[in-house]
Amino acid sequence: MKILVGISKAPDTTTKIKFTDNNTKFDEAGVQYIVNPYDEWYALVRALELKEAGGGSVTIVTVGGADVEPIMRKALAVGADDAVRIDAEPIDAFFVAEQIAAYAKDNGYDMVLFGKETIDYNGGQVGGMVAQLLDLPYVSNASKMDVNGNTATIERDIQGGIEVLEVNTPFVLSAAKGMAEQRIPNMRGIMAARTKKLDVVPAAAAEALTEVKSYALPPEKGAVKLIDPENVEELVELLHKEAKVI
Amino acid sequence: MSGTKLLDLNPIKLEEMTDRYEAHDYYLMDEFLTDEQKLMRDSLRTWLKKDVSPIIEDYFERAEFPHQIVKGLGDHGCFGPYIPTEYGGAGVDQITYGLLMQELERVDSGIRSTSSVQSSLVMYPIYKFGTEEHRKKYLPKLATGEMIGCFGLTEPDHGSNPGGMVTNFKDMGDHYLLNGAKMWISNAPFADVAVVWAKDESGRVHGLIVDRGMEGFSTPEMHGKHSLRASATGELIFDNVKVPKENLMPGKSGLGAPLMCLDSARYGIAWGAIGAALDCYDSALRYAKERTQFDKPLAAFQLTQKKLAEMITEITKAQMLTFRLGQLRNEGRATSAQISMAKRNNVDMAINIAREARQIHGAMGITGEYPCMRHMANLESVITYEGTHDIHLLITGMDVTGISAFK
Repeated sequence: MKILVGISKAPDTTTKIKFTDNNTKFDEAGVQYIVNPYDEWYALVRALELKEAGGGSVTIVTVGGADVEPIMRKALAVGADDAVRIDAEPIDAFFVAEQIAAYAKDNGYDMVLFGKETIDYNGGQVGGMVAQLLDLPYVSNASKMDVNGNTATIERDIQGGIEVLEVNTPFVLSAAKGMAEQRIPNMRGIMAARTKKLDVVPAAAAEALTEVKSYALPPEKGAVKLIDPENVEELVELLHKEAKVI
Repeated sequence: MSGTKLLDLNPIKLEEMTDRYEAHDYYLMDEFLTDEQKLMRDSLRTWLKKDVSPIIEDYFERAEFPHQIVKGLGDHGCFGPYIPTEYGGAGVDQITYGLLMQELERVDSGIRSTSSVQSSLVMYPIYKFGTEEHRKKYLPKLATGEMIGCFGLTEPDHGSNPGGMVTNFKDMGDHYLLNGAKMWISNAPFADVAVVWAKDESGRVHGLIVDRGMEGFSTPEMHGKHSLRASATGELIFDNVKVPKENLMPGKSGLGAPLMCLDSARYGIAWGAIGAALDCYDSALRYAKERTQFDKPLAAFQLTQKKLAEMITEITKAQMLTFRLGQLRNEGRATSAQISMAKRNNVDMAINIAREARQIHGAMGITGEYPCMRHMANLESVITYEGTHDIHLLITGMDVTGISAFK
C-alpha cells in the first residue's frame, strides 16, 4: 500500500485562546503546536499498521510554512517514511484541499488518509474536498478499516449503531477514534527521523473561498449556585427563569 | 447511598485520579532547547504519564521495583543516552541527558536512580575505562535494559571517605581473587553485572566488572527503607570471587575514576531534583486553586502565595543554574566543584519545596493521593547519596579557599 496521510498542526490543548487584529486572527504568541491528534493517533498510526502488515510506504503531507516542520519531524519519529511540506499558509479548507490534491494527483497513492477534523477549527472539510478534486470515493469518520487486496472494509459509527461498507482503492478517508491507538515516539524513532526526507514543494495556484470575519470566545462559565435539597421550588424556578432550560 | 460512598464525592480527589502534571517554565528556558530535545523530553513525559506515574505510588507502597517498565526506559533512551550510537546509546548531548533525568524524577527519584546508575555508574565507566570487548559485550544490552547494572563503591564503613575502602583483590596468576562488601547499592538485588571498585595489593583502586553467577558473589536486598521504596537497594558481597583478569577495566585507576562516574551521576541528579520540585509545585499550585477554605481558594491567602512564589522562584533559579552547567558539560569544561554546587543546591531546593508543598495540601498531603510526601521521603536519600549535602558544601568551601576541611 502506498499511503498519503494529511497532517495538520493544532494548538496544544492547554493553550489559552486569544485573538488579535480586531478578533479576526488567532493570537499565536506563545502557543505550542502539536500534531492534530486525529491525524496522528488515528490516520497516521493506522497507515503505519497497514504498512507493517503488508508492506508499502507512508508519506505525510502538510500545507504550511517552515514553522510546521517540528510537528512533521514528530510524525516522522512516530514512523512515517518521508514528508512533504507544501510551502504556503493554509488559508481555508478549499485552499488546503487544492494543494494536497495537486500533490497527490500524479503520485499514485492507494489511499489518502486524514483525521476526521482538526481540533482547533473543527472544519472537517479537507478530506471530502480532496476526494472530489481527485474524483475518488470518500469515507468520513471511519472508526475501523481492514484491507484485503484492493478492497477496504470500513466501519463508521452512526447514530445508534455501526455502518459497514466496502470501497476499492484508491480512496480518501477521514479517521475517527477507534481506528488505532496512539503511538509515543521512542528514542530510536526520533533519531531515525533526523535523516528522513522532508521535501518542500511550491504551492499550486489556488484561491481561498471563505474569509473569517471574526472570532468570539464562548461566554465565561458563571459561578455555581447551590440550592438546598429541601427547596425544590426554588430550583425549578431558577431552571425556568434564569437558566431557561425548562 | 452508603456512608463510604460520600468520601468519593471530594471533587479534588476524583480529579487527581489521573496524572495532571504540567511543566512550569517561568523564564522560557525551553527557547534554549532544540525541537529534537523537546520531542525526546515530551515523548518520555507522555510515556511516563501513561505507563509509570499511574502505578508508581502502588510500587512505592509495596517497596517493589516495577520491572515491567525497564523496556520502556530503554526505548525512551533513559539508559546511557549520551553513549555513542555504535554501542547502542542515543549519542545525545548532556542537556538532553539532563532533561530525561528531570522527567524521570518528576515521577519518582527511585526510577531516576535506576536510570542514573545504569547510565552514569555502569555504562559510562565501561565506555570510558573498559576495553573495546567490554564495550561491545555490555553496552548494547545495558542500553536496551536487557541487562541491568549496579555500581559498587560505598562500603559499610566507608561512605563519604571511599578512599578508605577495604574491598580488595589479589593477583593469583590466571585470575584475581576479590574479597569485601559494598553497601547501599541501587539495582544490586537484580543486577546482571556490577562495576566494582577495589584495591589491588599496592592499595590502588581499580574497576572490575563482576558478572552475576560468579562463585562467591551474592547481592542480598536491603529492607526497611522509608525512602526510594520503588527502587531496589542491596549489598554486594564478595567471598573469594575469582574474577577473570580480562574483567579489569584498564582505562583508568585510582579514586579519580569512580569520581568521574559520580560527576556524571551528580549532574543527572541536579536535573532530576528539578523534576521532583516541579511535580510538588505543580500539585500544590493546582490544589491551592481548587481547595476552598473560608469561602475562598487557598491560593487567595497571602501565606499560600508566599509559598508558591518562593517555590517557582527557586525552581527557576535551579533551572538556569543547571542549564548553564549542561552547556559547560557539553564543552567539557564543567568542574567537579561546579557539579557539587548544582547537586547540593537543587536537591536542597527540591526537598524544601516538597515539604512546603505538602503543607499546602493540608492533611491530604500526607496521603499517596498526592506526590509530595513520596518525593520528600525519596529526596532524603538523594540529599545523602552521591555525596552528602555537607560534603558538597565542603567541596565548594575547598574550591574557593584552596583548603580542604575534611581530608
